[in-house]
Amino acid sequence: MKETLLDEATLLAEFEAKIDAEIKIEPRDWMPDAYRKHLIRQISQHAHSEVIGMQPEGNWITRAPSLRSKKILLAKIQDEGGHGLYLYSAAETLGVSRDQYIQWLHEGKAKYASVFNYPTLNWADIGAIGWLVDGAAITNQVSLQRTSYGPYSRAMVRICKEESFHQRQGYEIMWKMMEGTKDQQRMAQDAINRWWWPALMMFGPHDSDSAHTGNAMKWKIKRETNDRLREKFINKTVPQAELIGLKVPDANLKVSGTDSFGEPTYDHSDINWEEFWQVVNGNGPCNEQRLEHHVKAHQDGKWVRECAKAFQNNNDSINR
Amino acid sequence: METGKRNYYLEIADNAHILSHRLAENCSRGPFLEEDLACTNVALDLIGLAESVYNEIAKQLEGNISGDDVAYRRDEIDYRNCLLTEQPNDDFAHLMTRQFFMDTYHYYIFTELSVSSDTFLSALANKSLKEVTYHLKRSSEWMIRFGNGTKESSERAQAAINRLWRYTDELFTSDESYSDLIGTGVYPDQDKLKKSWMQKVDEVFFLAQLRKPENKGFQLHGGKSGRHSEHMGYILSEMQFLPNKYPDATW
Repeated sequence: MKETLLDEATLLAEFEAKIDAEIKIEPRDWMPDAYRKHLIRQISQHAHSEVIGMQPEGNWITRAPSLRSKKILLAKIQDEGGHGLYLYSAAETLGVSRDQYIQWLHEGKAKYASVFNYPTLNWADIGAIGWLVDGAAITNQVSLQRTSYGPYSRAMVRICKEESFHQRQGYEIMWKMMEGTKDQQRMAQDAINRWWWPALMMFGPHDSDSAHTGNAMKWKIKRETNDRLREKFINKTVPQAELIGLKVPDANLKVSGTDSFGEPTYDHSDINWEEFWQVVNGNGPCNEQRLEHHVKAHQDGKWVRECAKAFQNNNDSINR
Repeated sequence: METGKRNYYLEIADNAHILSHRLAENCSRGPFLEEDLACTNVALDLIGLAESVYNEIAKQLEGNISGDDVAYRRDEIDYRNCLLTEQPNDDFAHLMTRQFFMDTYHYYIFTELSVSSDTFLSALANKSLKEVTYHLKRSSEWMIRFGNGTKESSERAQAAINRLWRYTDELFTSDESYSDLIGTGVYPDQDKLKKSWMQKVDEVFFLAQLRKPENKGFQLHGGKSGRHSEHMGYILSEMQFLPNKYPDATW
């Protein structure tokens, strides 16, 4: 039988028809190079973020103030590492190995969420990360459950379930501290003062300045724009802060109206974009520290990985 | 709560708590992601074990004391964990060798305690056995992998064994406050425990082609009576930082 080669225009038309019909793209399906590249960048960045995010939270494990809080924090960090695993697996379906992704991270060719380049300075930071950082992540990830690439979409469904726990646990820490002593309230306010803006920055640049939004929206990798997601997060989070007596550190924040559910919407100041780009480009308070920590752990573990591999090879040759 | 009983309970809880703390220090420092998560998992099991015992001690002590008070608000001299548990992570071979020694100990002590006439301890042991059986399987497999992996892995494992061996005998010593109940059906016979422990270690070392150190005669004791190594002060200063600094706060 004569083999039929489909030309690229036909393949692209079929691909886009699937996208339009909300049929997931799977690893063996044909996909445009730009789609694959976008996913490789986005999913690996997401995986690296989960793994690098273990560091600022890990900074407080040994100082967690109670057995319960230590267990919750350990389990949360473990969840984040687990998310990293799902996401590396999803990213590997695009034909790039985890080793390669890690190498790109170490060479500075791959990024991770800039928010983790800020330090955790008091115990309330653990609450603020859960509440604000995981809260911002969920806002984005809920929409990514409908992303067009099957493995990514399925990973996001699992991840979202766990992230919503984290957000509640983070909020509980803040709430307990605001109910507590003056010192605890001071720590909680200090934490929101430092984490509010980095959390808003997590949604990325304005849509008009975002290099990756165009095709990503067309191919339904992204389902909502950066600015729209940021507004959703603000609308959801400001009342939560007010409920427990925290002041959102934005002098221009005020109610601007109500949404279709009758919930308030807000006017707010713009992000400090100079700081945003400085941190993205490697000049945040902890960029070097985070990367060096990851590189060191990877180098320290080299002999262990080699040992496991050699042992496996020996066993394979014995069993053969 | 009677002193001997409290001390025996504290040994179990403090061993699990301090070992868990050391494992937790390794979080985000594992040789690869799966192993990083596995260490955290074991740390979580151990902290859960410690918490059960601290809560029980708090319940049996007079006064309005919580499990957290027992876990966090004591002086160093009142912690009764063995010296082995507080030894630093150094490298993955040290971490795993310490773990293997402790997992083996936990496996046999909980096997014995599962039939103890102390109903709290027998329930605790039955619950914990599932977890520590898995811990032991994992750390034994790592020892065998180290020994049969590469020259470097074998040398590192041997170095860790040589370094940590002298802390192992303490696991099987008894404080005089409870020694009258050892081997009576309440607390297990320490010699029997030691024999079982040694057999398991010999078996795994044989499979791993690793050796017990030559100069194994001199053993260090002290943790069980509150005389710790220099490491312990640093562990506690981090662990107790918030409860000490803000004694009126709840978290």
